[in-house]
Amino acid sequence: MSEIPKDLSYTKTHEWVSNDGDGTITIGITEYAQGSLGDLVFVELPEAGSKFAAGDAVAVVESVKAASDIYAPVEGEIVEINEDLEESPERVNEDPFGQGWLFKMSIVDPEHLADLLDAEAYGEIVEAEQD
Amino acid sequence: MGKHTPLHDEHKTAGAKLVDFAGWDMPINYGSQIAEHNAVRESAGMFDVSHMRPVDVEGADARDFLRHVLANDVAKIDTVGRALYTCMLNTRGGVIDDLIVYHLGETWYRIVVNAATADKDLGWLHSLASDYEVTVTEFEDSSIIAVQGPEAREKCRAVLGAAEDEVMDLAPFRALAVGNWSIGRTGYTGEDGFEIVLPAAEAVDTWQALAAAGVQPIGLGARDTLRLEAGLNLYGHEMDEDVTPLASGLGWTVAFEPAARDFVGRDALEMARDAGNAHKLVGLVLDARGVIREGAAVRRAGDEAGAEESTGGEVTSGSFGPTVQRSIGLARVPVDWEGAVEVSLRGKWRAAHIVSYPFVRHGKIRIALD
Repeated sequence: MSEIPKDLSYTKTHEWVSNDGDGTITIGITEYAQGSLGDLVFVELPEAGSKFAAGDAVAVVESVKAASDIYAPVEGEIVEINEDLEESPERVNEDPFGQGWLFKMSIVDPEHLADLLDAEAYGEIVEAEQD
Repeated sequence: MGKHTPLHDEHKTAGAKLVDFAGWDMPINYGSQIAEHNAVRESAGMFDVSHMRPVDVEGADARDFLRHVLANDVAKIDTVGRALYTCMLNTRGGVIDDLIVYHLGETWYRIVVNAATADKDLGWLHSLASDYEVTVTEFEDSSIIAVQGPEAREKCRAVLGAAEDEVMDLAPFRALAVGNWSIGRTGYTGEDGFEIVLPAAEAVDTWQALAAAGVQPIGLGARDTLRLEAGLNLYGHEMDEDVTPLASGLGWTVAFEPAARDFVGRDALEMARDAGNAHKLVGLVLDARGVIREGAAVRRAGDEAGAEESTGGEVTSGSFGPTVQRSIGLARVPVDWEGAVEVSLRGKWRAAHIVSYPFVRHGKIRIALD
Protein backbone atom coordinates (compact mmCIF):
# COMPACT_ATOMS: atom_id res chain seq x y z
CA MET A 1 0.00 0.00 0.00
CA SER A 2 1.44 3.34 -0.96
CA GLU A 3 1.73 6.28 1.38
CA ILE A 4 -1.29 8.63 1.61
CA PRO A 5 -0.63 11.44 4.14
CA LYS A 6 -3.68 12.27 6.26
CA ASP A 7 -3.12 16.04 6.23
CA LEU A 8 -3.50 16.43 2.45
CA SER A 9 -6.52 16.50 0.14
CA TYR A 10 -6.74 14.50 -3.08
CA THR A 11 -8.38 14.27 -6.50
CA LYS A 12 -9.65 11.24 -8.39
CA THR A 13 -6.92 11.93 -10.93
CA HIS A 14 -4.17 11.35 -8.33
CA GLU A 15 -3.11 14.91 -7.55
CA TRP A 16 -2.53 15.85 -3.91
CA VAL A 17 -3.43 19.30 -2.61
CA SER A 18 -1.98 21.05 0.41
CA ASN A 19 -3.85 24.03 1.82
CA ASP A 20 -1.11 26.50 2.66
CA GLY A 21 -3.53 28.62 4.71
CA ASP A 22 -2.76 31.93 2.99
CA GLY A 23 -5.16 31.57 0.09
CA THR A 24 -2.76 29.40 -1.87
CA ILE A 25 -2.51 25.66 -2.37
CA THR A 26 0.37 23.41 -3.40
CA ILE A 27 -0.23 20.60 -5.90
CA GLY A 28 1.72 17.47 -6.69
CA ILE A 29 1.09 13.87 -7.69
CA THR A 30 0.70 11.05 -5.21
CA GLU A 31 3.10 8.27 -4.34
CA TYR A 32 0.75 5.86 -6.09
CA ALA A 33 0.67 8.02 -9.24
CA GLN A 34 4.44 8.29 -9.52
CA GLY A 35 4.76 4.54 -8.99
CA SER A 36 2.27 3.82 -11.74
CA LEU A 37 3.94 6.19 -14.18
CA GLY A 38 7.46 4.97 -13.52
CA ASP A 39 10.58 7.13 -13.82
CA LEU A 40 9.70 10.65 -14.92
CA VAL A 41 11.85 12.16 -17.66
CA PHE A 42 10.05 15.47 -18.32
CA VAL A 43 7.75 17.77 -16.41
CA GLU A 44 6.03 20.54 -18.37
CA LEU A 45 4.71 23.25 -16.05
CA PRO A 46 2.44 26.23 -16.73
CA GLU A 47 3.56 29.86 -16.57
CA ALA A 48 3.00 31.83 -13.41
CA GLY A 49 0.00 34.07 -13.85
CA SER A 50 -2.03 31.69 -15.99
CA LYS A 51 -5.57 30.99 -14.80
CA PHE A 52 -7.42 27.72 -14.81
CA ALA A 53 -10.83 26.33 -13.99
CA ALA A 54 -11.21 23.19 -11.91
CA GLY A 55 -10.46 20.17 -14.09
CA ASP A 56 -8.41 22.05 -16.71
CA ALA A 57 -5.21 20.38 -17.89
CA VAL A 58 -2.45 22.47 -16.33
CA ALA A 59 0.76 20.48 -16.64
CA VAL A 60 2.18 17.31 -18.15
CA VAL A 61 4.35 14.73 -16.47
CA GLU A 62 6.02 12.34 -18.84
CA SER A 63 7.68 9.09 -17.84
CA VAL A 64 9.62 6.48 -19.79
CA LYS A 65 6.27 4.77 -20.20
CA ALA A 66 3.61 7.41 -20.79
CA ALA A 67 2.59 11.06 -20.66
CA SER A 68 -0.03 12.13 -18.16
CA ASP A 69 -1.96 15.37 -17.78
CA ILE A 70 -2.13 17.11 -14.42
CA TYR A 71 -5.41 18.87 -13.72
CA ALA A 72 -6.26 21.96 -11.69
CA PRO A 73 -8.01 20.63 -8.56
CA VAL A 74 -9.98 23.87 -8.12
CA GLU A 75 -10.29 27.21 -9.90
CA GLY A 76 -7.30 29.51 -9.46
CA GLU A 77 -4.17 31.21 -10.74
CA ILE A 78 -0.65 29.80 -10.89
CA VAL A 79 1.60 31.71 -8.50
CA GLU A 80 4.72 29.55 -8.45
CA ILE A 81 6.12 26.51 -10.22
CA ASN A 82 8.78 24.07 -9.05
CA GLU A 83 11.60 25.08 -11.37
CA ASP A 84 13.93 22.36 -10.06
CA LEU A 85 11.88 19.81 -11.97
CA GLU A 86 13.09 21.16 -15.31
CA GLU A 87 16.51 19.67 -14.60
CA SER A 88 15.52 17.00 -12.09
CA PRO A 89 12.15 15.41 -12.90
CA GLU A 90 13.21 12.42 -10.77
CA ARG A 91 12.43 14.51 -7.66
CA VAL A 92 8.79 13.63 -8.27
CA ASN A 93 9.60 9.92 -8.03
CA GLU A 94 11.92 10.31 -5.08
CA ASP A 95 9.82 12.63 -2.95
CA PRO A 96 6.33 13.08 -4.45
CA PHE A 97 4.83 14.78 -1.36
CA GLY A 98 7.86 16.97 -0.67
CA GLN A 99 10.54 18.22 -3.08
CA GLY A 100 8.55 16.80 -5.97
CA TRP A 101 5.70 19.34 -5.67
CA LEU A 102 4.62 20.71 -9.06
CA PHE A 103 3.02 24.17 -8.68
CA LYS A 104 1.19 26.55 -6.33
CA MET A 105 -2.10 28.26 -7.08
CA SER A 106 -3.97 31.13 -5.47
CA ILE A 107 -7.54 30.01 -5.20
CA VAL A 108 -10.75 31.87 -5.94
CA ASP A 109 -12.84 30.40 -3.15
CA PRO A 110 -11.61 28.30 -0.20
CA GLU A 111 -15.02 26.65 -0.13
CA HIS A 112 -14.01 24.77 -3.30
CA LEU A 113 -11.51 22.75 -1.30
CA ALA A 114 -14.38 20.99 0.39
CA ASP A 115 -15.04 19.19 -2.92
CA LEU A 116 -11.72 17.37 -2.72
CA LEU A 117 -11.22 13.87 -1.34
CA ASP A 118 -9.77 13.12 2.07
CA ALA A 119 -7.04 10.51 2.54
CA GLU A 120 -9.51 7.76 3.32
CA ALA A 121 -11.68 8.34 0.24
CA TYR A 122 -8.61 8.59 -1.98
CA GLY A 123 -7.25 5.38 -0.46
CA GLU A 124 -10.38 3.58 -1.60
CA ILE A 125 -9.86 4.79 -5.16
CA VAL A 126 -6.28 3.54 -5.15
CA GLU A 127 -7.36 0.21 -3.74
CA ALA A 128 -10.03 -0.18 -6.44
CA GLU A 129 -7.49 0.57 -9.17
CA GLN A 130 -5.04 -1.97 -7.84
CA ASP A 131 -7.54 -4.82 -8.04
CA MET B 1 -3.91 -13.78 -13.22
CA GLY B 2 -1.26 -14.71 -15.73
CA LYS B 3 1.21 -17.55 -15.93
CA HIS B 4 4.16 -17.52 -13.55
CA THR B 5 7.77 -18.16 -14.46
CA PRO B 6 9.90 -20.31 -12.13
CA LEU B 7 11.33 -17.04 -10.77
CA HIS B 8 8.02 -15.46 -9.82
CA ASP B 9 8.63 -15.61 -6.06
CA GLU B 10 12.06 -14.08 -6.53
CA HIS B 11 10.50 -11.11 -8.30
CA LYS B 12 7.94 -10.60 -5.56
CA THR B 13 10.59 -10.78 -2.87
CA ALA B 14 12.65 -8.21 -4.77
CA GLY B 15 9.68 -5.83 -4.84
CA ALA B 16 8.95 -6.10 -8.56
CA LYS B 17 6.00 -4.36 -10.10
CA LEU B 18 4.38 -7.13 -12.17
CA VAL B 19 2.48 -6.59 -15.40
CA ASP B 20 0.85 -8.83 -17.96
CA PHE B 21 3.05 -9.65 -20.93
CA ALA B 22 1.64 -12.11 -23.48
CA GLY B 23 -0.30 -13.90 -20.74
CA TRP B 24 2.58 -13.97 -18.24
CA ASP B 25 2.98 -11.98 -15.03
CA MET B 26 6.35 -10.36 -15.65
CA PRO B 27 8.40 -7.78 -13.74
CA ILE B 28 8.25 -4.36 -15.44
CA ASN B 29 10.68 -2.90 -12.90
CA TYR B 30 11.97 -3.46 -9.37
CA GLY B 31 11.79 0.22 -8.44
CA SER B 32 13.51 2.42 -10.99
CA GLN B 33 13.60 1.47 -14.64
CA ILE B 34 16.28 4.06 -15.37
CA ALA B 35 18.55 2.80 -12.58
CA GLU B 36 18.13 -0.73 -13.97
CA HIS B 37 18.94 0.45 -17.49
CA ASN B 38 22.09 2.13 -16.21
CA ALA B 39 23.14 -0.96 -14.25
CA VAL B 40 23.21 -2.98 -17.48
CA ARG B 41 25.17 -0.29 -19.35
CA GLU B 42 27.66 0.13 -16.50
CA SER B 43 27.99 -3.21 -14.68
CA ALA B 44 25.67 -6.22 -14.93
CA GLY B 45 22.00 -7.06 -14.80
CA MET B 46 19.87 -10.16 -15.20
CA PHE B 47 16.53 -10.62 -16.90
CA ASP B 48 14.01 -13.38 -16.36
CA VAL B 49 12.94 -14.16 -19.91
CA SER B 50 11.46 -17.56 -19.08
CA HIS B 51 8.32 -16.55 -20.94
CA MET B 52 10.27 -17.02 -24.15
CA ARG B 53 10.27 -20.58 -25.40
CA PRO B 54 13.21 -22.79 -26.36
CA VAL B 55 12.36 -25.28 -29.11
CA ASP B 56 14.68 -28.10 -30.15
CA VAL B 57 14.88 -29.11 -33.79
CA GLU B 58 16.65 -32.44 -34.09
CA GLY B 59 17.18 -35.18 -36.66
CA ALA B 60 18.97 -36.08 -39.84
CA ASP B 61 17.11 -33.36 -41.77
CA ALA B 62 17.32 -30.63 -39.11
CA ARG B 63 19.70 -28.52 -41.21
CA ASP B 64 17.68 -28.90 -44.41
CA PHE B 65 14.45 -28.18 -42.56
CA LEU B 66 15.77 -24.96 -41.05
CA ARG B 67 17.27 -23.88 -44.37
CA HIS B 68 13.71 -24.07 -45.67
CA VAL B 69 11.77 -22.41 -42.83
CA LEU B 70 14.20 -19.61 -41.91
CA ALA B 71 15.06 -16.57 -44.03
CA ASN B 72 18.67 -16.51 -42.91
CA ASP B 73 20.74 -19.54 -43.91
CA VAL B 74 21.77 -21.97 -41.17
CA ALA B 75 24.49 -23.16 -43.56
CA LYS B 76 26.35 -20.13 -42.14
CA ILE B 77 26.48 -21.92 -38.79
CA ASP B 78 27.44 -25.42 -39.93
CA THR B 79 30.14 -25.46 -37.28
CA VAL B 80 28.59 -26.68 -34.01
CA GLY B 81 28.59 -23.91 -31.42
CA ARG B 82 27.56 -21.04 -33.70
CA ALA B 83 24.41 -18.95 -33.46
CA LEU B 84 22.42 -16.92 -35.99
CA TYR B 85 19.71 -14.26 -35.84
CA THR B 86 16.93 -14.75 -38.36
CA CYS B 87 13.30 -14.15 -39.25
CA MET B 88 10.79 -16.91 -39.91
CA LEU B 89 8.50 -15.79 -42.74
CA ASN B 90 5.11 -16.64 -44.13
CA THR B 91 4.68 -17.18 -47.87
CA ARG B 92 3.89 -13.47 -48.32
CA GLY B 93 7.30 -12.56 -46.91
CA GLY B 94 5.73 -11.27 -43.68
CA VAL B 95 7.46 -12.00 -40.39
CA ILE B 96 5.94 -14.80 -38.27
CA ASP B 97 8.66 -14.32 -35.66
CA ASP B 98 12.27 -13.33 -35.22
CA LEU B 99 14.56 -15.65 -33.31
CA ILE B 100 18.07 -16.84 -32.60
CA VAL B 101 19.02 -20.34 -33.70
CA TYR B 102 21.83 -22.08 -31.80
CA HIS B 103 23.66 -25.01 -33.41
CA LEU B 104 24.29 -27.19 -30.36
CA GLY B 105 25.03 -30.65 -31.80
CA GLU B 106 25.67 -32.23 -35.19
CA THR B 107 21.94 -32.69 -35.91
CA TRP B 108 20.61 -30.54 -33.03
CA TYR B 109 19.53 -26.92 -33.28
CA ARG B 110 17.80 -24.93 -30.53
CA ILE B 111 15.69 -21.91 -31.41
CA VAL B 112 14.31 -19.46 -28.86
CA VAL B 113 11.02 -17.88 -29.89
CA ASN B 114 8.99 -14.97 -28.56
CA ALA B 115 6.36 -15.59 -25.87
CA ALA B 116 3.50 -13.93 -27.74
CA THR B 117 4.12 -15.94 -30.90
CA ALA B 118 5.27 -19.26 -29.41
CA ASP B 119 2.09 -21.25 -30.03
CA LYS B 120 1.73 -19.89 -33.55
CA ASP B 121 5.40 -20.64 -34.26
CA LEU B 122 5.13 -24.23 -33.06
CA GLY B 123 2.01 -24.84 -35.14
CA TRP B 124 3.80 -23.46 -38.18
CA LEU B 125 6.96 -25.50 -37.59
CA HIS B 126 4.99 -28.70 -37.06
CA SER B 127 2.97 -28.12 -40.21
CA LEU B 128 6.16 -27.84 -42.28
CA ALA B 129 8.09 -30.60 -40.51
CA SER B 130 6.09 -33.53 -41.86
CA ASP B 131 8.15 -33.63 -45.06
CA TYR B 132 11.40 -33.91 -43.11
CA GLU B 133 13.08 -36.42 -40.86
CA VAL B 134 13.04 -34.04 -37.93
CA THR B 135 11.47 -33.61 -34.51
CA VAL B 136 10.32 -30.23 -33.22
CA THR B 137 10.13 -30.34 -29.42
CA GLU B 138 9.46 -27.67 -26.84
CA PHE B 139 11.92 -27.65 -23.96
CA GLU B 140 9.24 -28.09 -21.28
CA ASP B 141 9.73 -26.64 -17.80
CA SER B 142 12.55 -24.45 -18.90
CA SER B 143 13.77 -21.12 -17.67
CA ILE B 144 15.82 -18.52 -19.49
CA ILE B 145 18.04 -16.02 -17.71
CA ALA B 146 19.84 -13.32 -19.69
CA VAL B 147 22.84 -11.77 -17.94
CA GLN B 148 23.98 -8.59 -19.66
CA GLY B 149 26.45 -5.77 -19.15
CA PRO B 150 30.19 -5.11 -19.30
CA GLU B 151 30.71 -7.16 -16.11
CA ALA B 152 28.12 -9.82 -16.92
CA ARG B 153 30.41 -12.58 -18.16
CA GLU B 154 32.82 -12.19 -15.27
CA LYS B 155 29.98 -12.36 -12.73
CA CYS B 156 28.53 -15.45 -14.42
CA ARG B 157 31.55 -17.46 -13.29
CA ALA B 158 29.61 -17.99 -10.06
CA VAL B 159 27.08 -20.26 -11.77
CA LEU B 160 29.09 -22.02 -14.47
CA GLY B 161 30.58 -24.85 -12.42
CA ALA B 162 32.89 -27.20 -14.29
CA ALA B 163 32.03 -25.56 -17.62
CA GLU B 164 33.46 -22.20 -16.51
CA ASP B 165 36.55 -22.14 -18.71
CA GLU B 166 34.78 -23.38 -21.80
CA VAL B 167 31.96 -20.88 -21.43
CA MET B 168 34.26 -17.95 -20.73
CA ASP B 169 36.07 -18.79 -23.99
CA LEU B 170 32.89 -18.40 -26.07
CA ALA B 171 33.24 -15.71 -28.73
CA PRO B 172 30.27 -13.41 -29.49
CA PHE B 173 27.39 -15.30 -31.08
CA ARG B 174 28.84 -18.64 -30.06
CA ALA B 175 27.01 -21.14 -27.88
CA LEU B 176 27.54 -24.31 -25.91
CA ALA B 177 25.38 -27.09 -24.49
CA VAL B 178 26.47 -28.14 -20.99
CA GLY B 179 24.39 -30.94 -19.52
CA ASN B 180 20.81 -29.63 -19.44
CA TRP B 181 21.91 -26.06 -19.97
CA SER B 182 22.65 -24.17 -23.14
CA ILE B 183 24.58 -20.94 -22.94
CA GLY B 184 24.96 -18.43 -25.75
CA ARG B 185 27.04 -15.27 -25.82
CA THR B 186 24.05 -13.39 -27.17
CA GLY B 187 21.63 -10.81 -25.84
CA TYR B 188 19.18 -8.01 -26.47
CA THR B 189 20.76 -4.97 -24.88
CA GLY B 190 23.74 -3.93 -27.01
CA GLU B 191 26.01 -5.11 -24.20
CA ASP B 192 28.12 -8.22 -23.74
CA GLY B 193 26.76 -11.17 -21.81
CA PHE B 194 25.15 -14.58 -21.88
CA GLU B 195 21.68 -15.98 -22.39
CA ILE B 196 21.26 -19.16 -20.37
CA VAL B 197 18.58 -21.77 -21.05
CA LEU B 198 18.23 -24.12 -18.10
CA PRO B 199 15.71 -26.46 -16.42
CA ALA B 200 13.11 -24.63 -14.36
CA ALA B 201 14.12 -26.55 -11.24
CA GLU B 202 17.57 -24.91 -11.30
CA ALA B 203 16.37 -21.39 -12.00
CA VAL B 204 15.97 -20.09 -8.45
CA ASP B 205 19.38 -21.28 -7.26
CA THR B 206 21.02 -19.81 -10.33
CA TRP B 207 19.20 -16.47 -9.96
CA GLN B 208 20.16 -16.25 -6.28
CA ALA B 209 23.78 -17.11 -7.00
CA LEU B 210 23.92 -14.42 -9.66
CA ALA B 211 22.37 -11.92 -7.25
CA ALA B 212 24.98 -12.86 -4.65
CA ALA B 213 27.65 -12.20 -7.27
CA GLY B 214 26.32 -8.66 -7.63
CA VAL B 215 24.06 -9.02 -10.66
CA GLN B 216 21.00 -6.79 -10.34
CA PRO B 217 17.54 -7.95 -11.46
CA ILE B 218 16.25 -5.91 -14.41
CA GLY B 219 12.64 -5.58 -15.52
CA LEU B 220 11.07 -5.59 -18.96
CA GLY B 221 10.84 -1.78 -18.90
CA ALA B 222 14.60 -1.39 -18.98
CA ARG B 223 14.87 -4.31 -21.39
CA ASP B 224 12.83 -2.21 -23.83
CA THR B 225 14.89 0.99 -23.51
CA LEU B 226 18.13 -1.03 -23.71
CA ARG B 227 17.09 -2.80 -26.90
CA LEU B 228 15.77 0.45 -28.39
CA GLU B 229 19.07 2.24 -27.79
CA ALA B 230 20.82 -0.81 -29.25
CA GLY B 231 18.63 -0.47 -32.36
CA LEU B 232 17.19 -3.97 -32.01
CA ASN B 233 13.75 -4.74 -33.40
CA LEU B 234 10.88 -5.92 -31.23
CA TYR B 235 8.37 -8.30 -32.75
CA GLY B 236 4.91 -6.75 -33.05
CA HIS B 237 6.43 -3.26 -33.19
CA GLU B 238 9.06 -3.09 -35.94
CA MET B 239 7.73 -6.15 -37.73
CA ASP B 240 4.73 -8.41 -37.97
CA GLU B 241 3.09 -10.77 -40.44
CA ASP B 242 2.23 -7.96 -42.83
CA VAL B 243 5.69 -6.39 -43.02
CA THR B 244 8.74 -7.89 -44.69
CA PRO B 245 12.20 -7.92 -43.11
CA LEU B 246 13.27 -5.65 -45.98
CA ALA B 247 10.97 -2.90 -44.69
CA SER B 248 12.01 -3.57 -41.09
CA GLY B 249 15.72 -2.86 -41.29
CA LEU B 250 16.41 -6.60 -41.41
CA GLY B 251 17.47 -7.01 -45.04
CA TRP B 252 20.88 -8.07 -43.73
CA THR B 253 19.33 -11.17 -42.15
CA VAL B 254 17.82 -12.46 -45.40
CA ALA B 255 20.19 -14.81 -47.25
CA PHE B 256 19.22 -14.57 -50.93
CA GLU B 257 22.40 -16.45 -51.80
CA PRO B 258 22.71 -19.26 -52.70
CA ALA B 259 19.93 -18.66 -55.21
CA ALA B 260 19.02 -22.35 -55.21
CA ARG B 261 17.96 -22.36 -51.54
CA ASP B 262 14.19 -22.53 -51.41
CA PHE B 263 13.02 -20.80 -48.22
CA VAL B 264 9.50 -19.85 -47.22
CA GLY B 265 8.78 -16.29 -48.31
CA ARG B 266 11.58 -16.16 -50.88
CA ASP B 267 9.38 -15.45 -53.92
CA ALA B 268 7.53 -12.64 -52.18
CA LEU B 269 10.77 -11.08 -50.92
CA GLU B 270 12.40 -11.24 -54.35
CA MET B 271 9.41 -9.46 -55.83
CA ALA B 272 9.53 -6.82 -53.11
CA ARG B 273 13.26 -6.37 -53.57
CA ASP B 274 13.03 -6.09 -57.37
CA ALA B 275 10.15 -3.64 -57.16
CA GLY B 276 12.26 -1.44 -54.88
CA ASN B 277 11.35 -0.95 -51.26
CA ALA B 278 8.98 1.91 -50.63
CA HIS B 279 9.89 2.17 -46.95
CA LYS B 280 12.86 1.84 -44.67
CA LEU B 281 13.37 1.71 -40.93
CA VAL B 282 15.32 4.65 -39.49
CA GLY B 283 16.39 5.95 -36.11
CA LEU B 284 14.90 9.19 -34.80
CA VAL B 285 16.26 11.62 -32.25
CA LEU B 286 13.87 14.20 -30.87
CA ASP B 287 15.28 17.74 -30.88
CA ALA B 288 12.47 19.15 -28.76
CA ARG B 289 11.35 18.27 -25.25
CA GLY B 290 8.94 15.39 -24.86
CA VAL B 291 9.00 11.70 -25.63
CA ILE B 292 8.47 10.00 -28.99
CA ARG B 293 5.78 7.32 -28.68
CA GLU B 294 4.91 4.29 -30.77
CA GLY B 295 2.30 4.99 -33.44
CA ALA B 296 3.12 8.70 -33.76
CA ALA B 297 3.02 10.15 -37.28
CA VAL B 298 6.26 11.41 -38.84
CA ARG B 299 6.47 13.98 -41.64
CA ARG B 300 9.29 15.73 -43.43
CA ALA B 301 10.26 19.07 -41.92
CA GLY B 302 8.37 21.80 -43.73
CA ASP B 303 5.62 19.50 -45.00
CA GLU B 304 2.12 20.63 -44.26
CA ALA B 305 0.50 17.22 -43.88
CA GLY B 306 -2.62 17.80 -41.89
CA ALA B 307 -4.16 14.40 -41.57
CA GLU B 308 -1.71 12.36 -39.56
CA GLU B 309 -2.41 9.17 -41.48
CA SER B 310 -1.24 10.67 -44.76
CA THR B 311 2.29 11.67 -43.80
CA GLY B 312 3.90 8.40 -44.89
CA GLY B 313 5.99 7.94 -41.78
CA GLU B 314 5.18 6.24 -38.49
CA VAL B 315 7.02 5.58 -35.24
CA THR B 316 7.31 1.85 -34.53
CA SER B 317 9.00 2.20 -31.12
CA GLY B 318 9.71 5.27 -29.07
CA SER B 319 10.84 6.11 -25.57
CA PHE B 320 13.35 8.09 -23.59
CA GLY B 321 16.86 6.71 -23.93
CA PRO B 322 18.45 6.87 -20.48
CA THR B 323 21.97 6.50 -21.87
CA VAL B 324 21.61 9.05 -24.69
CA GLN B 325 19.49 11.29 -22.41
CA ARG B 326 17.16 12.09 -25.30
CA SER B 327 13.94 10.76 -26.61
CA ILE B 328 14.68 8.34 -29.44
CA GLY B 329 12.66 6.08 -31.65
CA LEU B 330 12.56 3.77 -34.62
CA ALA B 331 10.27 4.75 -37.48
CA ARG B 332 9.19 3.40 -40.83
CA VAL B 333 9.44 6.16 -43.44
CA PRO B 334 9.64 6.47 -47.26
CA VAL B 335 13.07 5.37 -48.51
CA ASP B 336 14.16 8.81 -49.73
CA TRP B 337 13.70 10.62 -46.41
CA GLU B 338 16.83 11.93 -44.68
CA GLY B 339 17.68 14.62 -42.17
CA ALA B 340 15.10 16.83 -40.52
CA VAL B 341 11.61 15.50 -39.80
CA GLU B 342 8.77 16.29 -37.42
CA VAL B 343 7.01 13.88 -35.09
CA SER B 344 3.47 14.32 -33.85
CA LEU B 345 3.49 14.34 -30.05
CA ARG B 346 0.27 14.92 -28.19
CA GLY B 347 -1.21 16.76 -31.15
CA LYS B 348 1.78 19.01 -31.92
CA TRP B 349 4.52 18.63 -34.51
CA ARG B 350 7.94 18.50 -32.87
CA ALA B 351 11.35 18.71 -34.53
CA ALA B 352 13.36 15.50 -34.81
CA HIS B 353 16.01 14.15 -37.14
CA ILE B 354 16.83 10.86 -38.80
CA VAL B 355 19.96 9.04 -37.66
CA SER B 356 21.47 5.68 -38.42
CA TYR B 357 21.21 3.32 -35.47
CA PRO B 358 22.27 1.72 -33.09
CA PHE B 359 22.13 4.70 -30.79
CA VAL B 360 24.31 2.94 -28.20
CA ARG B 361 26.59 -0.05 -28.39
CA HIS B 362 28.82 -1.47 -25.67
CA GLY B 363 28.06 1.47 -23.42
CA LYS B 364 29.12 4.08 -26.00
CA ILE B 365 26.80 6.63 -27.59
CA ARG B 366 27.04 6.16 -31.36
CA ILE B 367 24.99 9.10 -32.61
CA ALA B 368 25.96 12.75 -32.82
CA LEU B 369 24.05 14.84 -30.29
CA ASP B 370 23.62 18.56 -31.08
